[in-house]
Amino acid sequence: MSELTLTVMRLGFLAVLWLFVIVAVQVIRSDLFGTRVTQRGSRRDAARQQPAARQAAPPQQRQQAAAPNGGGRQRRGAPTKLVVSEGTLTGTTVALQGQTITLGRAHDSTIVLDDDYASSRHARIYPDRDGQWIVEDLGSTNGTYLDRNRLTTPTPIPLGAPIRIGKTVIELRK
Amino acid sequence: MSSSSNPSTHHTSTIGSIGTPSRRNTELALLVFAVVIPVFAYANVGLAINDSVPPGLLSYGLGLGLLAGVGHLVVRKFAPYADPLLLPVATLLNGLGLVLIWRLDQSKRLQALDNFVQAAPRQLLYTALGIALFVVVLVFLKDHRVLQRYTYISMVGALVLLLLPLVPGLGKNVFGARIWIQIPGLGSIQPGEFAKIVLAVFFAGYLMVKRDALALASRRVIGLYLPRGRDLGPIIVVWAISILILVFETDLGTSLLFFGMFVIMLYVATERTSWIVFGLLMSAAGAVGVATFEPHVQQRVQAWLDPMREYTLSQEGVAGHTEQSMQALWAFGSGGTLGTGLGQGNSDLIKFAANSDFILATFGEELGLAGVMAILLLYGLIVERGVRTSLAARDPFGKLLAVGLSGAFALQVFVVAGGVMGLIPLTGMTMPFLAYGGSSVLANWALIGILIRISDTARRPAPAPAPNPDAEMTQVVRP
Repeated sequence: MSELTLTVMRLGFLAVLWLFVIVAVQVIRSDLFGTRVTQRGSRRDAARQQPAARQAAPPQQRQQAAAPNGGGRQRRGAPTKLVVSEGTLTGTTVALQGQTITLGRAHDSTIVLDDDYASSRHARIYPDRDGQWIVEDLGSTNGTYLDRNRLTTPTPIPLGAPIRIGKTVIELRK
Repeated sequence: MSSSSNPSTHHTSTIGSIGTPSRRNTELALLVFAVVIPVFAYANVGLAINDSVPPGLLSYGLGLGLLAGVGHLVVRKFAPYADPLLLPVATLLNGLGLVLIWRLDQSKRLQALDNFVQAAPRQLLYTALGIALFVVVLVFLKDHRVLQRYTYISMVGALVLLLLPLVPGLGKNVFGARIWIQIPGLGSIQPGEFAKIVLAVFFAGYLMVKRDALALASRRVIGLYLPRGRDLGPIIVVWAISILILVFETDLGTSLLFFGMFVIMLYVATERTSWIVFGLLMSAAGAVGVATFEPHVQQRVQAWLDPMREYTLSQEGVAGHTEQSMQALWAFGSGGTLGTGLGQGNSDLIKFAANSDFILATFGEELGLAGVMAILLLYGLIVERGVRTSLAARDPFGKLLAVGLSGAFALQVFVVAGGVMGLIPLTGMTMPFLAYGGSSVLANWALIGILIRISDTARRPAPAPAPNPDAEMTQVVRP
């Protein structure tokens, strides 16, 4: 066998070997791009709601500690907590820290309502750009009532005004 | 029902690819490639040595292709979402190993040795058995979590496997290391290779249960988290066992492998750097301690520090010295960057164990730095796929098992390659897939089988979410 042929085969073999390595790396390239990282136990903006959900568990004490750092520059007279005043969840509070609070029977709601008359995604409460808290009905079956009026549009919530969802009444307090 | 949202607030994250295609066709294409390369190498060796295409080319190509095809079909049937790279890369390494073993069979120098046997046909048989074991693992191990039930049985099994070579009459002493057992009628096997896998199962099951105790119950002393005494127990036991292996079986490599695997898994389970510091300190202390007392280990260290002296002694005929390590270094040196070409080197000067422990030197000489780098990258790819599988696995046991197995694989490659290249003292271990040796091939195919099983579970698209309990009808208030 001539020297030249063997040299060509030798270099050819190395080239083929490296080609395999490169092709293999191309195959795993899809791991680097086109992947997504899923945080367990959170969907969409639920991650942001979790601090609030935790604080809801031991209601009163945690909330005071959290209040000062919440919201940064809060307006005077702005509500700091949401309190459930009627219904099965009476006494539950959720600190208001600029996050959206969802209410409904769905398990991923901030406040899960165990109430046959509530829809799974019933209403949400969120601050607008000025820090004014707004309640919005999410197309629920039985409607959301602020004082005694059924909501049709997102409405600012006055301090202490009762919001009625099914058998549950909540209000914002300082 | 209480207030608040989701109770599951674990902050572990999973990484999954979007859409998760099964990638089986990619695997098939790569597998064809992985069979063609060794066939090319085989033809190349034949042309270089005998000036003709070797007569067995077709049957070798068909045989390897058939084995790979069976492996692929079984993966397609039983693990459709498995990683597409593990099988082709393992096949390629195994095929290349076969070619090099055949090439060393052709060497006149080796044929002149009195204990010469044609190793390639046997290795082909071992490969077939290895693929068979791979198939058995995939068919019968439907879910790797089943292994979790056998945590402590695995521990006992691993210890038995490790101690078998010490049993008088069963174990045999081969060239200073007592790591073989002789089974009448079956030949000899190296139980340490299988113990590697069984031990990984035990470590994964054990650490999964104890990880919190090991990670959290600790005191902070000068920047290091010191675990409690009772949590330290297992690591001490494993350390002691690996030292005992070192002393009684004079097997440095296996000892390093087991202890290293345990430290890797401990680190992964607890995320505590202090374990690595501990592990390194303990293995250093153990190695130094044993090296001062054990003459066999001492001699290995001497040969590592001054291979030329070892070579001179062996040329003078002093018993117990070997020219292997110096010859291996010369083989690497004469290979240069691009190598001498397949079949055209003189790595057969290594003589004994040229086709097992020292097979990487043949690669180094005949394919040069470029070839060795490619081979090491292929090993790296297997390890990377293992770690990747571990990242994607959804259950902690699978995560730990995958990282333990790939860590053991990586350590073994490091120990062998480092030993042959003179980076660390030489130990009697085999290069996975490349080297001649039935136990090694069988055990590593089983290891790949388990990794493929875990990766199939990990990459399988998540099952459709359970019907939403919130979807019941909302009652309508009737005025």
